[in-house]
Amino acid sequence: MKLTKTLLASTALTVAAGMANADGHMANEMTIVSWGGAYSNSQQKAYHDPYMEATGISIINDESSPEAVAKLRAMNEAGNITWDLVDVEAADAIRLCDEGLAMEIDHDEVLAPAPDGTSASEDFGDTIASDCFIPQIVFSTTFGYRTDMVPEGVEPPTSACDVFEIEKYPGKRALNKRPIANMEWALLCDGVAYEDVYDVLETEEGQARAFAKLDTIKDQTIWWSAGAETPQLLADGEIFMGSTFNGRLFSVIAEQGQPVGMAWDWQMFDLDGWIVPTGLSDDRLARVMDYLKVSTDTQRLADQAKYISYGPARASSAPLVGQHAELGIDMAPHMPTDPNNAENTFVNNYEWWADYRDDLDAKFQAWLTQ
Amino acid sequence: MTDATQDSGPMMAADGTTLKSSLNRALRRQKLRALMLIAPLLIFVLVTFIAPIADMLFRSVENQIVSDTLPRTTTLLAEWEGDGGDLPAPEVFEALYTDVFIAQERKLHTRLGSRLNYELTGVSSLFRKSGRRVEDMGEVYQDQFEDLDSFWKDSENWNALMGSDDWFADQTAWDDKADTRQPAFELREGIEDLLPQTAATFEIFADFVQNEDEDNLAKEDPWALVYSALYNDLIQEPDVSGYAGPGSAELLEAMGAVGTFETVDYPAAFEKIDKDWHSIDVWQTIQTYSPDFTSGYFLNAVDMKKSPDGPEMRPDNEQIYIKLFIRTLFMSLVITGSCILLGYPVAWILANLPARTANLLMILVLLPFWTSLLVRTSAWKVMLQQQGVINDTLVWLGVVADDSRLALINNQTGTIIAMTHILLPFMILPLYSVMKTIPPSYLRAAKSLGATNWTAFWRVYFPQSVPGIGAGSILVFILSIGYYITPELVGGTTGTFISNRIAYHISSSLNWGLAAALGAILLAVVLGLYWAYDKIVGIDNVKLGG
Repeated sequence: MKLTKTLLASTALTVAAGMANADGHMANEMTIVSWGGAYSNSQQKAYHDPYMEATGISIINDESSPEAVAKLRAMNEAGNITWDLVDVEAADAIRLCDEGLAMEIDHDEVLAPAPDGTSASEDFGDTIASDCFIPQIVFSTTFGYRTDMVPEGVEPPTSACDVFEIEKYPGKRALNKRPIANMEWALLCDGVAYEDVYDVLETEEGQARAFAKLDTIKDQTIWWSAGAETPQLLADGEIFMGSTFNGRLFSVIAEQGQPVGMAWDWQMFDLDGWIVPTGLSDDRLARVMDYLKVSTDTQRLADQAKYISYGPARASSAPLVGQHAELGIDMAPHMPTDPNNAENTFVNNYEWWADYRDDLDAKFQAWLTQ
Repeated sequence: MTDATQDSGPMMAADGTTLKSSLNRALRRQKLRALMLIAPLLIFVLVTFIAPIADMLFRSVENQIVSDTLPRTTTLLAEWEGDGGDLPAPEVFEALYTDVFIAQERKLHTRLGSRLNYELTGVSSLFRKSGRRVEDMGEVYQDQFEDLDSFWKDSENWNALMGSDDWFADQTAWDDKADTRQPAFELREGIEDLLPQTAATFEIFADFVQNEDEDNLAKEDPWALVYSALYNDLIQEPDVSGYAGPGSAELLEAMGAVGTFETVDYPAAFEKIDKDWHSIDVWQTIQTYSPDFTSGYFLNAVDMKKSPDGPEMRPDNEQIYIKLFIRTLFMSLVITGSCILLGYPVAWILANLPARTANLLMILVLLPFWTSLLVRTSAWKVMLQQQGVINDTLVWLGVVADDSRLALINNQTGTIIAMTHILLPFMILPLYSVMKTIPPSYLRAAKSLGATNWTAFWRVYFPQSVPGIGAGSILVFILSIGYYITPELVGGTTGTFISNRIAYHISSSLNWGLAAALGAILLAVVLGLYWAYDKIVGIDNVKLGG
């Protein structure tokens, strides 16, 4: 009898607790999803901490951005959105927008204008890759190389195209295990003009040409799927040269002091920013919008660059970029948008990839297994 | 005895019922009680395990999205023959206009675009572009009606014309700030006979505004689509003389004018949006994927595709899945085999040592079992890479030259080594528990009867340990066939499994239908192998212990 009573009591308690938490949200909480690691850390310091101090709202970090698209779709189907704001790449933002999983945003209404009064949509300019996307940073996929493995009497690599110079720079390479960026580099380095890359890549011959170029280094290449792999492979001396996000290379070079250099030319620009999931209740939405207005203003975006070498997406933030918060070095020369680094840059065509990713991905994976 | 029972009839219980039914009742009660006891577990398993799997697998054939999003187009398209090389009739384009218009209002057109893009490259942007520009087509009529009479500009006039008088009074009186429900739209009686298309379109519009957007219908201007429907109705010259409600004069006026209206050539208008709308391929894809259920995902999962002439193989440079299935099965077999080779002697030693030493060694077997999978996999990376521990040692020993270090990772070798290590405890534990039950006296008896060591082992000991090998092999094989994280980290391009592609389609490409089809095939293969195993070895010969 006693056991039954205990069981009943605990069941009642569980049910009560479950109901209290049914909304999944306390009135003063907000769940923000991001990539984790140094990147989340920079957001915590530049956005979350000041905001929490000013408003008393507590922000819960969820490091699910790599699976954000799939999880949002599952939440949407289950009808229970537990996230308030999600950090994704521009290409994913377009997909989430297409799927109706992200909310369309009126940028000028939601976001703060620049200090000189320029409207938000003008200040962000081309970085607004989709109606649902609120840009935060410009980052790039670029190449790092081991300075101590450059053959004697040879100039160190300066460009993404040097990855194909297997005679000049012997050694293993690391490339991303997906077609995006690799296909463009292959054509570009095979002599296709920058403006024509996507036109050529649309044709069968163009795709064959890109694969033929990649074939020249295929057996020397390790294919990565997580951004942390290339820095690790570089640090271990496993590879001579590899692509990864520029912020990761910055931390290998500046924070860990590894003998690694950057080959900036033809870096592949990409964007990262926020999306708001559809289906939030009115009070949650109001809270998110308030947070967005504060955390994407000119000063906040510039502040983030103190902690990580990614360029702020607002034009008005660029002049405010200062020094690294701990190392005290100037951050500007490490930014992908710095004029010295951005002589030749490649801008991803997201809409093109939305069409071709299914097809090219199948071909790319089939090519990899051959 | 038989006669005696026949004489006295069936045996009776004390309460007068037959003994048989009384026994049955007692047994039934017992069974029910047993069922009640396992009910929580049964429900738990059903709800959290079977149902989600069934739901996920169902997606591999589900395809309602096309007919749900383009209902009018797919109905009309059913009769179209694409083989002749002719485009669908203009009516199909007009239906497409209606469907895409409604879909873009409900923001469903891009979702359909990404679905069809799995089958035909370029459809994604085709739908996105069309959604943005489809409104222009209807505005041709909207502008002309509004230029004709400003009556048509006002949402209130529309509501009075299309809605019933009662509803219109309620809607006008409704305060959208108040906490009451918006009065649901009601068609005016007889209007659907007078203006059938307009009435149907306006109903969709009203339903969308009131129920999906939850806006005040009194303040929303009708879609451009409603104006094109009105044009279509009026050009038929319906008999509006009997209608005397609000807007009757304007309706009559408009009917007189529509004959001179500029019209929209829908096929040409769609071609202006994107020339792909005049490509047979696009229409054939929509037609092929119109049915509610499709075999397309399963065909895709075995490197085939649907075409107007039935299923056909994909081109060579897109074939990948059959290869991956075969590789997954082959490598799982290799891993199972190496687990047997490595695990058997270890289990034998464990079973034959004194309990104290055996327990100590057992902890060594279990220790990696308790360590995180990621840690073990990463440790193998450090061990196996070219500048890693094993290669360094070999170079130091002079076994391999410094410039020809062994490639032990990012290929099949890496996956096999790491997975063998990770799955080894699953082989050792069942083997050990079976060997523990084989009395050592059997071996001694065999030897005392003159068997050599080898014969004693092979003829006496080994056959008794086979159930352990069977149990271990099933565990290791089935676990490795669905393994994901280790092949992803150490497999490179040649050492990845089918599960890596499933994960990719679930989390990255969002092609859940294909992922479900791949998963269903994998499940079927495993069940098939299990069945074969049962036929050949017999599942009774599997022992997990004692």
